[in-house]
Amino acid sequence: MICEPACRMNFKNLREYLAWLYYQYLLITGIYVLEPWEKSIFNSILFSAIAMVIYTSYVFVPIHVRLALEFFSGIFGGQPESTMALMN
Amino acid sequence: MTESSANKLLNGDACHRTANGRKASKNGFVKNHCLFQQPHKYRRPREKNQNVTHNSSLYKKPFSESFEETPLLVAVLTYMGYGILTIFGYLRDFLRHWNIEKCHVARERDEQKDFVPLYQDFENFYTRNLYMRIRDNWNRPICSVPGAKMDLVERVSHDYNWTFEHTGKVVKDVINMGSYNYLGFAENTGTCADAAIEATQAYGVGVGSTRCEMGNLDIHEEMEQLVARFLGVESSMAFGMGFATNSMNIPALTGKGCLILSDELNHASLVLGARLSASTIRVFKHNNMQSLEKLLRDAIVHGQPRTHRPWKKILIVVEGIYSMEGSIVRLPEIIALKKRYKAYLYLDEAHSIGALGPNGRGVVDYFGLDPKDVDIMMGTFTKSFGAAGGYIGGKKELIDYLRRHSHSALYATSMSPPVAQQIITSMKIIMGEDGTTLGADRLRQLSENTTYFRRKLREMGFIIYGNDDSPVVPMMLYMPAKIGAFGREMLKRNIGTVVVGFPATPIIESRARFCVSAAHTRETLNTALEAISEVGDLLQLKYSRREQPLPSLGWMSEESLLQD
Ligand SMILES: Cc1ncc(COP(=O)(O)O)c(C=O)c1O
Repeated sequence: MICEPACRMNFKNLREYLAWLYYQYLLITGIYVLEPWEKSIFNSILFSAIAMVIYTSYVFVPIHVRLALEFFSGIFGGQPESTMALMN
Repeated sequence: MTESSANKLLNGDACHRTANGRKASKNGFVKNHCLFQQPHKYRRPREKNQNVTHNSSLYKKPFSESFEETPLLVAVLTYMGYGILTIFGYLRDFLRHWNIEKCHVARERDEQKDFVPLYQDFENFYTRNLYMRIRDNWNRPICSVPGAKMDLVERVSHDYNWTFEHTGKVVKDVINMGSYNYLGFAENTGTCADAAIEATQAYGVGVGSTRCEMGNLDIHEEMEQLVARFLGVESSMAFGMGFATNSMNIPALTGKGCLILSDELNHASLVLGARLSASTIRVFKHNNMQSLEKLLRDAIVHGQPRTHRPWKKILIVVEGIYSMEGSIVRLPEIIALKKRYKAYLYLDEAHSIGALGPNGRGVVDYFGLDPKDVDIMMGTFTKSFGAAGGYIGGKKELIDYLRRHSHSALYATSMSPPVAQQIITSMKIIMGEDGTTLGADRLRQLSENTTYFRRKLREMGFIIYGNDDSPVVPMMLYMPAKIGAFGREMLKRNIGTVVVGFPATPIIESRARFCVSAAHTRETLNTALEAISEVGDLLQLKYSRREQPLPSLGWMSEESLLQD
């Protein structure tokens, strides 16, 4: 959705493209119409929320993945021979 | 540009009354023998598309009208945007409440503190916290003729639109895509202007009395005869203001014990008139003949509530072109219904008179119908004729009755002579009675411009509402921030547009509305189109997911009928 008109827009450099993306972000969230201090409040809340999400996922996801792997390998990896025997 | 506030009345009311209508119809409905078959109920069509003509035998021409459905993602993002803005609105209200921030708007005084709050309903909240932020797009002062191009007074705001300051400069030659100047008669030179100057020299500007006292000039009588001839009706009468024509004449026509069936998107003046009349009002879905027929049948079968006496009169109130939707009324079907169920028809041709039809005589002419089938032909001189005021045309008895009973005929000062002269001259030009083909040229130019402009916008991928022949072209913007951004970006490119938001439209269907004019040349339109396309890319407005403009199905079915 974003790409096709972006090609039509003819950006001179990356900076311009990023500025355009930021503009789209302003328009879609509606904060385009807000006053600068409100914009900065919104941005800081949004970015700190995103940062927290990233941080928590960095801290906790590996542990959960390992636990999950152990759990599933406990189910599937535990008794391979007996399953094979049943099937035979 | 003031439409948004003017329509507040209309919108709040429409919601209200729709609920009413639904309640009334729940009492029971009558099956079979419908003139127009009801399609499957409760099935939400994927596309709000009325492209397929239901009763194509009634139409002489293809009737293609489309309302492309809002893309789901866009709808979700729009609601999200409104959500975010609402949260900030509450934040600002909170700051104002505790005097952390200065409050610029009216609020209750200390003495009123414990009374019912005055400024807490949604409309006030919306005005204070959403409309105010993009207010620079409306009410902009113009300092020239609002023709194809106009000059704007430059203004700036240093406090985020709470107050404005004029810089003393003028923005020159802004292309005007917003005025209802369909035939381009808003001019300060040329035949009409000269005639108006002559009339001023002969009669002056003020009249200073009403029509039934000392304010009945020969120029008024001449104008009324001309209007009647133009419309093809027996008689007509003119009023000094279009809004008052509606809001004061409907009460003169209907009263207690009468039923008014009103389209849900009718103009505020019609809504006000209907309410002032004290008749019962029921609302049918926009241009939806099944809905209208159902209301008519219910009204006839059940009669008035409680007493079940028959209604004294049933009046159907519709407009020719709907100014927010760009749709054209399904007049042939309405006339068929009206004849079958013996109702009266009030047709408001404010936007369509002059702008539609091969001879510029409005929707009746456009569909090739007989003007005598419409009981009350109402219209305004404010749009195509470049003047002011409104008229009512119809049978002689009707007009004679109105002359004696209408408030705006009895109590309002009659029309200013130069305005009347402008109407006479422009109408004669349209009718070709000035001995030139200027009028015909303007009509042709308008219809060419309309087709061209609509086709180009559609090809660019914008979502355009309405009928293919309507010079009112609404283009969907949806998101609240884009309303402000579109107006500002277009003005930066020297193009003046009208953007419309919530009170006048449903909350997510914000739009920009262009009015095509015969005064626009191809170059002007191309300049405007280029700018619209550029802004469309910048703001990501090309929402349409339709590959090609649909072929008009109405015409195809017509042809196949002919071959049988
Ligand atoms: C359908 C309709 N009726 C009536 C009016 C009011 O006419 P006037 O502006 O001449 O008062 C308008 C104006 O916008 C209109 O759109």
